[in-house]
Amino acid sequence: MDLTLSPSEQQFREEVRGWIEANHPGPEPEAGLEEVMAFRREWQQKMHAAGWAGISWPKEYGGRGATMIEQAIFVGEASRLEAPSPANVLGLAMGGPVVIAHGTDAQKQRYLEPILTAEEIWCQGFSEPESGSDLASLKTRAVKDGDEWVVTGQKVWTTFAQYAKWCMLVARTDPDAPKHKGLTYFLMDMELEGVEAKPLVQITGEGEFNEVFIEEARIPDENVIGEVGGGWSVAITTLMNERAGLAFGAIAQVANGLKRLGALAAETRTNGGTAAEDPVIRQRLAQLYIEAETMRLNAYRGLTKTMQSGIPGPEGSLGKWQWADINQRMAELALDIEGAYAPLARGDEHAIAGGAWQYSFLRSRANSIEGGTTDILKNIIAERVLGLPKMR
Amino acid sequence: MYFDLTDEQQAIKATAHEFLAARYKSERIRELAESEHGFEQSDWEEMAGLGWQGLALPEEWSGQGLGIVELAVLFEEMGYALAPSPLFSNTIAGLALAHGGSDDQCERFLRPLAEGKLRGTPALWDAGSPATIGEFTMEARADGDGVVLDGEKVLVMDAAAADFLLVATADGHRHVVESGAPGVTVAPATSIDLTRRLYSVRFEGVRVAPENSLPGSDDEYFPVFHRVCVALAAESTGIAQRTMEMAVEYAKDRQQFGRPIGSYQAVSHRCAQMLLETENARSAVYGAAWAADAEPESLPTAASMAKAYASDAGWRVPDASLQVHGGIGFTWEHDLHFFLKRGKANAAMFGDAKWHRERVADAVLSAAGEPVSA
Repeated sequence: MDLTLSPSEQQFREEVRGWIEANHPGPEPEAGLEEVMAFRREWQQKMHAAGWAGISWPKEYGGRGATMIEQAIFVGEASRLEAPSPANVLGLAMGGPVVIAHGTDAQKQRYLEPILTAEEIWCQGFSEPESGSDLASLKTRAVKDGDEWVVTGQKVWTTFAQYAKWCMLVARTDPDAPKHKGLTYFLMDMELEGVEAKPLVQITGEGEFNEVFIEEARIPDENVIGEVGGGWSVAITTLMNERAGLAFGAIAQVANGLKRLGALAAETRTNGGTAAEDPVIRQRLAQLYIEAETMRLNAYRGLTKTMQSGIPGPEGSLGKWQWADINQRMAELALDIEGAYAPLARGDEHAIAGGAWQYSFLRSRANSIEGGTTDILKNIIAERVLGLPKMR
Repeated sequence: MYFDLTDEQQAIKATAHEFLAARYKSERIRELAESEHGFEQSDWEEMAGLGWQGLALPEEWSGQGLGIVELAVLFEEMGYALAPSPLFSNTIAGLALAHGGSDDQCERFLRPLAEGKLRGTPALWDAGSPATIGEFTMEARADGDGVVLDGEKVLVMDAAAADFLLVATADGHRHVVESGAPGVTVAPATSIDLTRRLYSVRFEGVRVAPENSLPGSDDEYFPVFHRVCVALAAESTGIAQRTMEMAVEYAKDRQQFGRPIGSYQAVSHRCAQMLLETENARSAVYGAAWAADAEPESLPTAASMAKAYASDAGWRVPDASLQVHGGIGFTWEHDLHFFLKRGKANAAMFGDAKWHRERVADAVLSAAGEPVSA
C-alpha cells in the first residue's frame, strides 16, 4: 500500500502543474455562451499545441498515450488549478475513444485530428424525450436508402449541439430486433438538411443543453461506427469512457468547493460570531470533508484495481452517485450559511460570493440525473456489484 | 500509487478470516456471551501462536513489528467474525506501553504482553466524569517515592481477565496496576454489547511503586489514541461488511409477493446504500492506517475521519440489514443483534462520530486558505 505518487508520477504532476500555471488564461468570460466557447476553443488549441489534448489517446492518433494514473493526475491538476474546460470535451472524452476503438482506418483519418484541434465540436445524441434512463428503448429511426440512412426522430439533453459539427447519434435500424440489438451508432453532420438544434432553457436560466429535431436527414453509410445493429455496445464504450474520465476532475472540483465553503463559513457573521463557530455548521462541513475524502480514496482504490484488471468495474457507479450527493449538499450548506441572503443571485449587488452558490445550488440539482441517475446507479450497484436479482 | 493490500497483507487477512470463521460460529459466540470472561483461553493461546497480540508492537519487545495497516486488516476481520476477545484492549495497552513505557517497563510488561503471556487493558474513564477524550479526574497522590490511587474507573474492557491495568490519572500519566493488587475491586458492567466485556474497577488506596508509573505523558498517548481509533474503525468496517453480506444473501433468498425481495428497489437500493457506507468506511480506515505508518503528520485528521465515518457505518449498516431481514432480524435467535450492539458500542468508544467530526472541522477550518492537495 502506497498512497504517494512515484517519482516519475510526481515528475509528471510537476510538468502538468508547471504548464497549466504558465498558460492559464484566467477565468472564463462571465456572460455569453458564444464568448465562453471561443475562449475554450483557444484554450484547447493551446493544449493541443503542447500535447495535452487527448492525453489518454494513443500517440499514433495524436494523443499522449498517458497511463491511467497520469490521466488522473492531469484531470486532477487541471481542476485544482481551475483551468478552463476544453471546447470539445465530448469529442476528447467520448468521440475520439469510440472512433479509435470501433472506427475504420478511413474514419480515424477523417475525424480524430479535428477533434484534437477543436476545429470540429462533438455532441452526443443518445437521450430522447421518452428514453431517458431506459436508453435502449429509443425511437429515432434510421432507414437504409441506397448508400444513405434516412433518419427521423428527436434527441434531448444534447450539450452544445448548437456549436457541434458532429453528433454521436444512436438510432434504431431494426425495429423488429430485441430493443438492445436493433440500434446503430452514427456520426451525424449537424449541418445536414433536416437537423435542427433548439436550446432547452434549464432551471439556472441558461441553455447549456438542446433539443435536436431530425426530419429525414440523410446520413451516408460511411458514417456508421461499428456494425449495423451493434450500436448498443459502441454506446456503452462511450458511457464507460465518460464515467472513468470524469472522476478525478470531479474530486478536485469538490476539494476546491470545500475550500470555498470553509472560507464562506469563516467570513459569514451569524448569532454574534461566524458561521464557522456554529456547531451545527461545523458538523455538516466536517461530514462533507470526510465524505469527499472517502470519495477520493475510493477512486484511488478503484484506479489501482482498474490498472490491475484493465477495465473499469461497475464500482465506478458508487463514485458518481457520491459525487452528485456531495456536490448538492455543499451548495445546500452554503445557502444555509448565507441565511437571509440565500435568495440573492448572480447580478445582485448584495449577493454573497457574486451569487456563485445560488448557481451551484440550482445547477447541482442535475448532478443526480445527468450521466446516469442516482436511482439507476443504485440498480447497477445492486445487480452488478451485489448480485441481487434484476427488478423484472 | 498503489491503494490495495500487498500480498503479505492479503495473507494476514486470509489467515485471520479462516481462523476466526472456524472458531466463532453463531453457537460459539452465544456460549461465550454467557461465559464468565466472554472469551476462551485456548483461543488466546492460538492467537499468540499467530503473533496477533504483538502484531503492531516493536520486534525488540517480541512483537511482529508490523504496521497499523496490518493491524487494521486484523481488526477488520475481528469485526467481520464478531470475535469475542480481549485482543483489542490488550493491543491498546501494548501500544501505550510501547509509546510511553521505559525499557524496564517494556521488559516486564510489554514483552510478555506481546507474547500473549500477560494481558493488559487500559483503565481510562472516571465514574461520573463526562468521559472527555484525554481528560481524567483520578489523582495520582504522592506517597513516599510512589503514588496512591483512589476512585473508580468505568468502561474498562476485559478487566476481569487482565493481569494488569494501565490506569490514567489527571496528570496525564499511566500507571501499571496488577489486577490482583490490594485495594483493587473489579465488578462486571452491563453493556448492550454482549461480545465485549466491560467492567468498573474501584481503587481504594492502591499503591503504585515508582517503577510502575510510566514516564510518558499526554503527548505520547495521542499517537496511541489515533492508532486505536483506526483499529476500532476497522473493526466497525468488518461489522458493516458482514451485516451487508447477510442482508444481500437474505434479499436473494427471501420471497414475498412471488419474488425475491432483493428485486424490489426499496430493498435493493437500501443494500446499495450499505455497500456505499461500507466501502467509504474501508477507504477511510486504510487511508488513515497508511498515514499512521507512512505520513504520521496527517494521522490525527485521517484517524478522526475514519473513526467518525466508521462509527456511523458500523451501526447504521447493521441497522439497515435488520430492516431488510424484517421480523426475523428482531429476534434474539438471529445473530444480527449481536452485530448491531457491537457496532453501536464501538461508535461510542474512543470518541463518537460527533466528537471526531468536531476535530475534523477544527483541522479544516484552521487550514482555510492553504492550498488543497489534489
